[in-house]
Amino acid sequence: MIGGDFGRTALVAGTVVLIAGPGLRMGDSLLRGEGPAPADGFVAIAEVLKSPRCVNCHPAGDVPLQDDEGRLHTMRVQRGPEGLGLPAMRCSNCHGRRNFPAPNTPPGAPNWHLPPPETPMVFQNKTPAEICRQMKDPAQNGNKTLEELVHHLTADSLVLWGWDPGPGRTLPPLSQPEFARVVREWAEAGAPCPDDDA
Amino acid sequence: MARITLDVNGKRETVDVAPDTPLLWVLRDSLGLMGTKFGCGMALCGACTVHVDGEAVRSCVKQVTEVADKRIVTIEGLSSDLSHPVQKAWLEEDVPQCGYCQSGQIMSAAVLLAANPNPTDEDIDNSMSGNICRCGTYPRIRRAIHRAATIMANGGAS
Repeated sequence: MIGGDFGRTALVAGTVVLIAGPGLRMGDSLLRGEGPAPADGFVAIAEVLKSPRCVNCHPAGDVPLQDDEGRLHTMRVQRGPEGLGLPAMRCSNCHGRRNFPAPNTPPGAPNWHLPPPETPMVFQNKTPAEICRQMKDPAQNGNKTLEELVHHLTADSLVLWGWDPGPGRTLPPLSQPEFARVVREWAEAGAPCPDDDA
Repeated sequence: MARITLDVNGKRETVDVAPDTPLLWVLRDSLGLMGTKFGCGMALCGACTVHVDGEAVRSCVKQVTEVADKRIVTIEGLSSDLSHPVQKAWLEEDVPQCGYCQSGQIMSAAVLLAANPNPTDEDIDNSMSGNICRCGTYPRIRRAIHRAATIMANGGAS
């Protein structure tokens, strides 16, 4: 039985952990109810990027992942030379411009694709620091400026699909407006990357 | 319901259907083109494959409004006289067993060969892996695709 001040403190701390989610380390600012500080911002951003809705199309290999479990995509689907799949097995052969209205069918958004093989932008098995450095490097991000990167993260139709994934798919740990705010604040703060142990 | 005009096998067709109707059911029920088959309804088997602007689209999950301005080709429109190299090769290799999946197989094979006129076995496996054959005709499908490539290289002659 938990009692006294210690018990109340433990319950409050436990509530914070539940809100933040396992492994989410946004720093003291979150505990003060202010949202993540810019310096911690990319850790929060990375928690979203590591969610199934993002990481499934940013895999370590050349096969996209599926579902919340991150299984290899069925039917031998592959990235292909442009990130669009292979002949007769292109992403858009099954993924339409919007979610199909029946359960257990392919989700859809405009321009469904993976990053091209030259710049695969891997999120799977990467630390927040590794993702941050990769994402900011024009040689690895498709020559995007920071402004273009912010636009991709906050306004790209395929990225926005992550918050409208259809039934049976979990949402990222931050809401889309909250994610967009954290991204903008991180960029305005000079886009700092977290430490390697973050 | 919505009136939607489609380009199917070179003909303009106008249908009156719900906007989210899968293309498959427009082809089969509204236009009477029964060569395209229903298999799984989830883009898992490839039986419903048709060409949309030259791509091997699974018509069971393609909402008809998405293809209103596209060029659609079904198995009936691949050729008027079975003269497409893939159709010739399929006949020469006697590929089908029950035949149910074969229109989808042929449509995918035609897309593969349009992009890659001389595919390796691995190319064929990679591009045909979305088309399932319950009868297991895969070895004959692979042989037929190689034969179709040869037919194409010879200018259409077997």
